[in-house]
Amino acid sequence: MSSTVDRIAEPWGPRTPYGPPARPAEPSTWPVRVDCFLADGLAESDVDRWAQSAAVLHSNGDGLDIAVKDDRIVGVRGRAVDRVNHGRVDPKDLYGWQANHSADRLTTPLIRDGGRLVETDWDTAMGRIVDRSKRLLEHPGGWGRFGFHTSGQLFLEEYYALGVIGKAGLGTPHMDGNTRLCTATAAAALKASFGTDGQPGSYTDVDHCDAIALWGHNVAETQTVLWMRMLDRRSGPRPPAMIAVDPRTTAVAQEADVHLAIRNGTNLALVNGIAHLLITSGRIDESYVHAHTLGFDALEQVAADHPPARVAEICGIATRDLEAAAEIIGSCDRLLSTVLQGFYQSNQATAASCGVNNLHLLRGMIGRPGAGIYQMNGQPTAQNTREAGADGDLPGMRNWDNREHIEQLARLWNVDPIQIPHWAPPTHAMQVFRYAEQGSIELLWISGTNPAVSMPELSRIRRILAKADLMVVVQDLFLSETAALADVVLPAAGWGEKLGTFTSVDRTVHLSEQAVDPPGDARSDLDIFLDYARRMDFRDRDGGPLITWTGPEDVFEAWKACSAGRPCDYTGITYDRLREGSGIQWPCTPQHPDGTERLYTDGVFNTDPDFCETYGHDLPTGAAHTEEQYRAKEPGGRAFLHAVSYERPPETPDDDFPLLLTTGRTLYQFHTRTKTGRAAQLHDAAPDVWVEISPDDAAAAGVAEGDLVRVESARGALEAPARISRIRPGLVFVPFHYGSWDVDDADRPARAANELTLTAWDPVSKQPMFKVAAVQITKVADGTGPAPAPTLGASAPVAADAVPATVGGPGARATSTQGGLTT
Amino acid sequence: MNLAHYLGLLHHAESNLAEAFAQVADAHEDEPDVALDCRRMAQQCQAHMEELSPFVDRYGEDADDEPDRLHSDLFQGTRTGALALLRDLHDLYLMTSESDLTWTLIGQAAQGARDRDLLAVVQRCETDTATQLAWLKTRSKQAAPQALVVA
Repeated sequence: MSSTVDRIAEPWGPRTPYGPPARPAEPSTWPVRVDCFLADGLAESDVDRWAQSAAVLHSNGDGLDIAVKDDRIVGVRGRAVDRVNHGRVDPKDLYGWQANHSADRLTTPLIRDGGRLVETDWDTAMGRIVDRSKRLLEHPGGWGRFGFHTSGQLFLEEYYALGVIGKAGLGTPHMDGNTRLCTATAAAALKASFGTDGQPGSYTDVDHCDAIALWGHNVAETQTVLWMRMLDRRSGPRPPAMIAVDPRTTAVAQEADVHLAIRNGTNLALVNGIAHLLITSGRIDESYVHAHTLGFDALEQVAADHPPARVAEICGIATRDLEAAAEIIGSCDRLLSTVLQGFYQSNQATAASCGVNNLHLLRGMIGRPGAGIYQMNGQPTAQNTREAGADGDLPGMRNWDNREHIEQLARLWNVDPIQIPHWAPPTHAMQVFRYAEQGSIELLWISGTNPAVSMPELSRIRRILAKADLMVVVQDLFLSETAALADVVLPAAGWGEKLGTFTSVDRTVHLSEQAVDPPGDARSDLDIFLDYARRMDFRDRDGGPLITWTGPEDVFEAWKACSAGRPCDYTGITYDRLREGSGIQWPCTPQHPDGTERLYTDGVFNTDPDFCETYGHDLPTGAAHTEEQYRAKEPGGRAFLHAVSYERPPETPDDDFPLLLTTGRTLYQFHTRTKTGRAAQLHDAAPDVWVEISPDDAAAAGVAEGDLVRVESARGALEAPARISRIRPGLVFVPFHYGSWDVDDADRPARAANELTLTAWDPVSKQPMFKVAAVQITKVADGTGPAPAPTLGASAPVAADAVPATVGGPGARATSTQGGLTT
Repeated sequence: MNLAHYLGLLHHAESNLAEAFAQVADAHEDEPDVALDCRRMAQQCQAHMEELSPFVDRYGEDADDEPDRLHSDLFQGTRTGALALLRDLHDLYLMTSESDLTWTLIGQAAQGARDRDLLAVVQRCETDTATQLAWLKTRSKQAAPQALVVA
């Protein structure tokens, strides 16, 4: 059965209700629905060839095929056989590929000459970078003059190559990704609770669960296909109960049985309060806790300090709602939790995310069908940045403080262990920019991301990027806000224009084929890194070349050797095997060639001192624990329960700035819109920034729907039209996607949310706090119409009749074809 | 009994430490993690002083006017740059070490005095002090290579 659907107006498409499989061992019963969008009225029969790939405009990892006609990408179609999406495609991926064809793609390198960026050739551009690099390395501590800021949007092979260049070639710890902004807390919380990174759950847990709790996760807008799976369960037999924790009335909150619209920054109080209710009502799995966890007594004490009345007061919710959530969690048999930015980018991020892990451990709900946790990622390949060590982690989830782990890397790369920086954790992104600000980093290489829009306190970031003594290298598809400030700009090939692999939240590895050639002289990020390595002539300890790879499959094979024996073991995966199927979950070894659906099925966690990725931290301060302290705990494969008390965020509203700001996302845009802003259907659905406020706060400020308002914090200001929505009173929301690259009016006041945010981060994950900043709001002018915010999702207007519905029209017509099961 | 003298010493040490943490926080606002954690630790030291006060009264505080050289050595005017941060963290570590040992010694004395209340306070507070030390070590270890070799 095939239907035509405007996937802007109906982003989640038609429902395919289903119930849980009769027995846990049976395959997923989620029906297939193949979504397809082809340009220019083409039919599937017009397509010359289909290139296997997966989604890159969110972290879900939906398998899809790229349609090619006359050597151009002309559309995408979901892969019915894929375990992640069973054929479905997120609207961002349905339409976003069109950005590849944008007329403003970078096609030739640029260098700054007399204050202007001018076109040049690869030899000249790379020559500048290499000359500078070699000069910096001439002096002691040369390694410390380099900084790398990479992405959650490149491929696994690119991260691993970059990681080896940085750690073994240059010997610098100053490498991180913008994953620090999106997913660092997921990694930190998984390490802290279970010993290493790696998601315990599988997407098939949606099929089996009888309760879903979404902790600060607006999945309906950020991972729409995962939401479709949840909605299909909710509309089928024996649906799961649902809890939404979100201060905005998201589509998730509207669907949920219990909506906890808590005050921003109080997540830890909430999860401790639920732990309190579970413990005092005896709804914990005592035998599981005893056999498989450490730290119950301390948690019990902290929970005792978080009784329902106090927690309700801190969080600004009704006690009965808190109790209703605890009732669901305490009475279900198979709880699925998902956690994202509402926790990760907020106050006490790591402790609060560990607090969710606590609830699962207390209830013994981990490692079996339906009982799972997704500590989500924001970006499509964030998982690989972490695995491959292009961020603040070492390759293969190794522990920087474990000498044997460093020696493993040294043997693998044939370098002296002292060459690999391991005197402290790799430098986090905020610190990399701080060193650049202070002048000790003199070359900052940014790949595939846009810190001039995505980082907090943008006036400061722009000042750093513009520093005369700092060489900034940017490789990107477009002349982004960041690239415009660079000294060297390298044109990169994008998704569909290069070969490689990447991994979803639930550890599913996908291959992404090169469907077409990149435009002009653009090169893959991998080719750029390998070219740099060749020109720098990095050597191993025997004088041979450090890096001999020539293409992605070489790097993948090298990565497999690096991953062997580690949690993210890829040794049973080959490009050919990925081509034969549609996604394999790591760990995958020759002994387990089909991969591993769930981790910790036996209740044995990765906390062995010789295997774990960290010796742990004091979560409130980030003070590192020593190896001796860790060994003294004798974890013996048990998971850690973490006991941390709630504390107020570093910034709270006051008389001058009486409202609380949170930043976030819309369904129709991704990151800083470098791609989605260049796809007409997505752009038109959310063309410009807006500010969401509650009816109460709007009335107090004399603001009506669409009025132009000024939002100001102690750090900066922006102006945007107001959308009066069902957001929690006292809270203001601004989407973070909107920078300046497509603003024509040079006199227009700033519109980026991060003009307002504060420079502060979680003490363990070092993830910046985008969700708590004090602001004031004032009306600037009457509106000329409603705010340019979508009418779907959290930005839905209170006055629904007064605002035209968000639709895509004829240009957004896609197809959805239902039928069959994935085998 | 000389416990009063040592309680006075610790009260002063925590007072000086509270002030020093607060000053370091103010001097390094551009290092937000340092500023935030130092403020939290200044508050902890204040809380320690409050916890100690009843015992200082109980054992009759003997006012100790011995000059505190460690604290007086902090901040010879405002410094900037990575070395200033390292020096300030280093000073804080030494000052906190004095508190750390003093808590241990007072804990020993509390056992001898059979003072369960004082022992409970020591056990609560010395954990904070140990964490302060661990944090100062973690943060200064991270800063040292860049400050001493690169900058």
